[in-house]
Amino acid sequence: MRATLRNSTLVRHGLFFLALAVVLLVLTSFVFDPYTNYNVTEVAIYAICTAGLTVLTGINGQVSLGHGALMMIGAYTTSVLLTWHPDLPLILMLLASIATTGVAGAIVGLAGARLRGPYLAGATLALAVALPQVPSHFASVFGGNQGLNVPTPSPPAFLGGDFSPEQWLAWITLAAAVITFFVLANLVRGATGRRFRMVRDNEVAARLSGIDVARTQVLAYIISAACAGLAGSLFAYWVTVTSPSGFSLNLSLSLLTAIVIGGLGSLSGAVIGSFILVYLPVWTGGFASSLNLSSNVANNVPLAIYGIVLIVAILVFPRGIAGGIASIARGAARVIPSSRGPTALPAAPESSQ
Amino acid sequence: MGLFVNITLDGITNGMVFAALALALVLIFRATKILNFAQGAMAMMTTFIGFTLLNRGLGYWWALVAVLAIAFVLGALVERVLIRPLQGKSELNPVIVTIGLLVVLEGLAGAIYGNSSRGFPPAYSQSGLTIGHTKIAFSHFDIFILVAVLVLMVGTLALFRATTLGLRMRASAFSGEISRLLGVRVGRLLTLGWALAGVAGALAGFLVAPTSSFSPYFMDLILVYAFTAAVIGGLESPVGAVAGAVGVGLALSYVSGYIGSDLAPLGGFVILIVVLMLRPQGLFSFGRQRQV
Amino acid sequence: MRPEISRSRTWAVAAVGGVAALLTAACGSSSPTSTSNTASAPGITASQVTIGSTQPLTGPAAPGYSEIAPAANAYFKYVNAHGGVNGRKINYIYLDDQYNPTSTATQTRKLVLQDNVFAIFQALGTPTHLSVVSYLNSSKVPDLFVASGCNCWNNTSQYPDTFGWQPNYTIEGKILGQYIAQNFGSKKVGFFLQGPNDEFGADGFAGVMDSLQGKGLNVDSTPAYYTPTAAGAMAVPAAIAGLQAQGVQVIVSFSVPLFTAVAEASAAGLKYSAQFVVSNVGADPPTLAGILTGGSLGKRLPAGLIAGTISDTYLPLLTDASNPWVTMFKSIEQTYASSLPWDGNVEYGMSEAYTFVQALKAAGQNPTRASIIAAIQNSHWTDGPGLTPYAYSSSDHNGYTGVQMVTVNATGDLTTLGPIETTDDTASGAINTYSGAASTPPANGIPSD
Repeated sequence: MRATLRNSTLVRHGLFFLALAVVLLVLTSFVFDPYTNYNVTEVAIYAICTAGLTVLTGINGQVSLGHGALMMIGAYTTSVLLTWHPDLPLILMLLASIATTGVAGAIVGLAGARLRGPYLAGATLALAVALPQVPSHFASVFGGNQGLNVPTPSPPAFLGGDFSPEQWLAWITLAAAVITFFVLANLVRGATGRRFRMVRDNEVAARLSGIDVARTQVLAYIISAACAGLAGSLFAYWVTVTSPSGFSLNLSLSLLTAIVIGGLGSLSGAVIGSFILVYLPVWTGGFASSLNLSSNVANNVPLAIYGIVLIVAILVFPRGIAGGIASIARGAARVIPSSRGPTALPAAPESSQ
Repeated sequence: MGLFVNITLDGITNGMVFAALALALVLIFRATKILNFAQGAMAMMTTFIGFTLLNRGLGYWWALVAVLAIAFVLGALVERVLIRPLQGKSELNPVIVTIGLLVVLEGLAGAIYGNSSRGFPPAYSQSGLTIGHTKIAFSHFDIFILVAVLVLMVGTLALFRATTLGLRMRASAFSGEISRLLGVRVGRLLTLGWALAGVAGALAGFLVAPTSSFSPYFMDLILVYAFTAAVIGGLESPVGAVAGAVGVGLALSYVSGYIGSDLAPLGGFVILIVVLMLRPQGLFSFGRQRQV
Repeated sequence: MRPEISRSRTWAVAAVGGVAALLTAACGSSSPTSTSNTASAPGITASQVTIGSTQPLTGPAAPGYSEIAPAANAYFKYVNAHGGVNGRKINYIYLDDQYNPTSTATQTRKLVLQDNVFAIFQALGTPTHLSVVSYLNSSKVPDLFVASGCNCWNNTSQYPDTFGWQPNYTIEGKILGQYIAQNFGSKKVGFFLQGPNDEFGADGFAGVMDSLQGKGLNVDSTPAYYTPTAAGAMAVPAAIAGLQAQGVQVIVSFSVPLFTAVAEASAAGLKYSAQFVVSNVGADPPTLAGILTGGSLGKRLPAGLIAGTISDTYLPLLTDASNPWVTMFKSIEQTYASSLPWDGNVEYGMSEAYTFVQALKAAGQNPTRASIIAAIQNSHWTDGPGLTPYAYSSSDHNGYTGVQMVTVNATGDLTTLGPIETTDDTASGAINTYSGAASTPPANGIPSD
């Protein structure tokens, strides 16, 4: 019974993500101009990373203020490999970044499994501040403060001469994002996801039902770090330079902000949050420059508006925007009775350890 | 030897400055179990207000008193308006709100005062003292920093330990529900915790501004080190926060002096990790495990 | 105020630009004698030239540097108010990158892909601009007068569309080093640098060492470094104490203004009377005074703390009321950007804007991206605010080629020491005294054809 259910979930997810991929292909190819493709690529990169962070923080309950540092590991893996072997194919770079960042995630996770709440927050915060000093100091490998240049991947010849590099990178990144979300969506719905949630909700109960809490937490960290590594690798291609200042504490805080604003614990929330992360500064900047202010004010107003929007969003949608949409939808569902029953399985104790 | 002494003295004074802000974080954490990311930005804002008052001709000490009073009100306002409505929801929400507040305050200060660095006067001379025939990296102002932060620490400690107010604050943070049943006006105490933290932060601002580049961002890194210090110290202990801060200050100073200033943040990180691996709840925590 | 063009207008501009480019391509090159303005290139219409830039308007690098683009824009406003360039007004869009290379990369894409700028002008910072220099060159967008003295902008094979402007740090270092060798030959020389892995500190250090090496001088070649952050500022006293312990008597400092101030104050605090020799980047007296006299050193220290500091300049001295460039820029500042202080950053921004207008004029009535590059390479301008000629040619994209030594006098102003010297950034390149006459600005303040 459960097997068929899980199969049907897989099929449902497969169809959904296939459809999504087709829609994105059409949009990036025929609708978006290069600048939009460039921005959409950024959204997809953040979405990959915040999806991983959602699994860790939203679903497994471990706070990370250091995911920017993990992205940095992915970005530097790609960039250093490219300076050594410029001709290696892009897919290898992505896989290598996933691997190194996954290993780093295991180490952070092992240390982090001993820590709770604010102590984990403090440790990951310090990681976010300290780690960028490493490439800055060891310049012979990492290029110091000005970093390493990353060549923009050029589109294959069969796509034609006027195929823009922005569109090519958008294709690659969106493909990576669709695959990541497909994998994570299944994982979250499956037994692993249930274990993650049990550990989050009640460690004692989880332990009593035979779950190895520490191992579960480390696993969540590895999965999350692997996503950050993939995002970091794509980020390197997107920015075209990998330098320590690209991975400031701001990035780590922004990633956390994105998952909370989007809706903690939901993958769609990660997408919404990433969209806000990219487009909110664009809008506030445009708004401020339309006001015709003196330079001090004009320079800083976008920042202030950005902060106000964050605060208001949390006050208005305490469960994030995805949560807000869900409760509106539930409200609607109460009016229009749905034919489908509740889909969520009860959290059953996991015995197959 | 002279170098070692100077680097050590430098580390201690830097540490004491981190301690002032770390004490603010401890006050808030004990009152509301929240990490306040806007603590540095609030201190920055009040220091700018102090800067305006000083430029208007107000004497240094009057300006300091006025700023501490303003900081008290600001802290209380933030708790009432922004933090209170989030009670009982996800514990990450207040964190994000304080990040938002940090951004707002930096934007606001930049819009009003501009983003350029300014000088900020110290309470006393920053010229190093002469001991025997050698001048050392320790000034009258550094002594003031030391005394001010120790007074702040003792004050916080006395508040927590000796007064009924402190007891009630601890009780209400531990279990708001029970305290409320016992007739403690929990809400007012939470507000008070934030207000006092505002005061501690504002003092930190006045101590940091003369020794660093005073701009809307001048507290950013101080806040990170204060966090590190507070976590090392166990988040709830004033003595722990100060000890942690001096440890971080010394680590930064030795790494800068002997290895390279660009690696300084790594020094702080290494100390933090070593402490947390040995004592996952910090050096001066009360030792109660959260579960099992 | 930030110039702004609406989205729809941008698209219209792009469309017109595209059609015009096709027409131009079909008809062959536009003739310089044609009498009507055409939309001859992206970002150029019959009545407007749009250029873009990335600047640290906010963030830790904003102090001082955030004045540069507004100052340049003040000069453009002046030019626009006096008829523009060939009837076109200059629309200067400068975006905030907070001195963060990631942000530079995204903002530059916005300028090129969305705002459709003709050229990038005055983009500020070494680590920031390095993140986009390949992109701009592969997109054939002119990358004019980068606001940074990195040697890296002069790379005509890899970056044919990129031009530096200020004397690069190695040129500056060589001339500073020569002065030290000539005047402080018997003293022990040490270094206080931004770094250790920073082009500014490293290029400057290399230049100074070029002039010091092999002369039997007493040099402590292990520099003290600082990191340009608030925490870095706190570590400076320890670094200066280290130099004192080494017995260093002359401190060569490639530091930004804030760190110059902190370093000199730390030395004063230690009663350490070393001679400071500071890069032009970190020696602007009004900027330093703003940091110092704001009170950060207390009233007990002498106001002239930085008196005696030795530095160099490649632009006329700010306080030289007899210099026509200074009086002209100052009056433009008062009319078009009165909120800005009159300091080295403002003079820098306006001077660079002047060079841009020179280039735009030289690029012909209907400039193209290729024609402005060619115009700069073939310019051989001798007029301009700088003390020396530009180095620009098809094989050299460096800007100014030399500096004049200066010192801070007791009243906190700069006075010159000796002649203007020029050189190149090679280790063997000789340092020569420049004997050309100083130029005067045209009567209307706008470069003539």
